Amino acid sequence: MNILRKKSTANLPFSETVIELFIRLCGISSIIFVFGIFFFVFREGADFLFNGLDLKEFLTSVEWQPTSLNNKRYGALALIVGTFSVTALAMCIAVPFGLGAAIFVSEFCSPKLRETFKIIIELLAAIPSVVWGFIGLTLMNQLIIAVFNVPIGLTMLNGSIMLALMSVPIIVSIAEDALKAVPDSYREAAEALGATRWQVVYRVLLPAAKNGLLAAVLLGAARSIGETMAVLMATGHSVNIPSGPLSWIRTLTATIAAELGEVARGGEHYQVLFIIGILLFTITFVVNLIADLVIKGIRQE
Amino acid sequence: MNTNGDNSSQITPVIQVSDLKVRYGDKSALNGISFDVHKNEILGIIGPAQSGKTTLLKVINRTLELTSGTTVEGSVKLDGVDISTINDVYGLRRRIGMVLPLPVGLPLSIYDNVAFAPRTGGIRAKSELDEIVERCLQQAALWDEVKDRLDTLGTKLSGGQQQRLTIARALSHQPEILCLDEFSIAVDPVTTMRIEDVLDTLRSEMTILLVTNLVQQAKRLANRTAFILNGDLIEIDTTEVIFSDNPTNQATYDYVNGNFG
Ligand SMILES: Nc1ncnc2c1ncn2[C@@H]1O[C@H](COP(=O)(O)OP(=O)(O)OP(=O)(O)O)[C@@H](O)[C@H]1O
Ligand SMILES: [Mg+2]
Repeated sequence: MNILRKKSTANLPFSETVIELFIRLCGISSIIFVFGIFFFVFREGADFLFNGLDLKEFLTSVEWQPTSLNNKRYGALALIVGTFSVTALAMCIAVPFGLGAAIFVSEFCSPKLRETFKIIIELLAAIPSVVWGFIGLTLMNQLIIAVFNVPIGLTMLNGSIMLALMSVPIIVSIAEDALKAVPDSYREAAEALGATRWQVVYRVLLPAAKNGLLAAVLLGAARSIGETMAVLMATGHSVNIPSGPLSWIRTLTATIAAELGEVARGGEHYQVLFIIGILLFTITFVVNLIADLVIKGIRQE
Repeated sequence: MNTNGDNSSQITPVIQVSDLKVRYGDKSALNGISFDVHKNEILGIIGPAQSGKTTLLKVINRTLELTSGTTVEGSVKLDGVDISTINDVYGLRRRIGMVLPLPVGLPLSIYDNVAFAPRTGGIRAKSELDEIVERCLQQAALWDEVKDRLDTLGTKLSGGQQQRLTIARALSHQPEILCLDEFSIAVDPVTTMRIEDVLDTLRSEMTILLVTNLVQQAKRLANRTAFILNGDLIEIDTTEVIFSDNPTNQATYDYVNGNFG
């Protein structure tokens, strides 16, 4: 009890004490959950990670043959490259659109249009990823076949477009907050100096909000890295080091999703999938950590 | 120095405000005011809070139109030209230097703060910008304090230094008119006196509109003083008359002597 209640609450009415206790429990439980999940994922993969798995092969080989009968290979390089390349291409698409939309919403559009725009962005964020995967599988597939004249449209490009559409709402809402947080006095001062609205944006607002905008991009990227269903459905799901946007690829997440249901619990393959989980956990943790540090940087300025 | 207030009235006024009415939505902020501003004078503008002083300045540099729902009637002429007919509003704004109540160092380096308006006005040459930055910081009595750290952030300066930075910035586009809106609100008395000295020197180069909440500041600096109350121009006259024992209007007397309301 005493650990949970640092400050003395002697004079608070009983209901206040109960509410405070409840809020503290919620806060603490979220920390416990995060550590709990990490612990679970780690425990399932730890045995094979420390004895058995050739870590060098895991990180540098492109041979992913976990189900082969006599030549099992656990090289995840193609999956790692797949995840990063599809995310990078997605960001190339999502960042200009996301930041552009954020600038438009926060600086150039009328209050009425802004509300409409925000509702649309929220709707976009609410679409389940399997629906995006479905769109990728059907509509975008045919579009890519038609435009690029390739036999199959389930490619890195397809996955990247789906991921871009999923991360744009995140980028827009965080970037818009960052722009809105720039004091109006900056805008007024710049306008009094004869700056056009566009000059105000790129000479004052972008430098002033750069940390927030960077955080927006990083959180959008973290979303892309962790995304599973859409990339599983849209990228062709084949182990391959991509040579361009029209190559098919396979990602870390999609591999777990596709294979975990069919492996024997506790076996090598099962454990490798959890090691991939640890890897993903680490990557997204690092990206989120950087984003947090960047946001903290904003607060301190 | 207060004597040239009368002489200059023969020349065309730099600013002619006639029957200016401003409304925010349904709420009137200026109810039809008219006055002239003469070349190279400091016109003090005094009046209690909410009387419309800031609004008046915003009409003159046309930044009021950035606030939605405002309506402006009447006319403001700059050198005889109605400002509402000027197409290049950005150029117009650079003809007027504006210093706002709270110092706003833009989140750029000291150098870039001062070079901001010249750059937006199209000046690119480094040597020319260097020269402008030095001249303006000198004029604003800030050069000696910052000349060794021109690339640090303007927002890192103290309040008083930032206010002098905004004055340097307002001078950077060589304005014909300098408007100051209660510049001493966030500035210590010593810096206030330094800036007042700066203004005293600047009046030989430009026309200055000094909105101030310190009536004594108007008394110290202004050639003429205007008293605005609730959107009406109660009285405008030489500072001597406004601060004498018998200005035309009793409200003026009460306000400048501090027994108002
Ligand atoms: N953006 C705005 N929207 C609505 N009303 C406004 C706005 N700005 C000013 N007003 C109103 O216009 C009137 C004049 O305001 P203004 O800021 O010009 O006064 P002021 O004399 O500068 O006051 P202060 O000494 O407090 O700065 C006030 O009644 C104010 O409430
Ligand atoms: Mg004001």
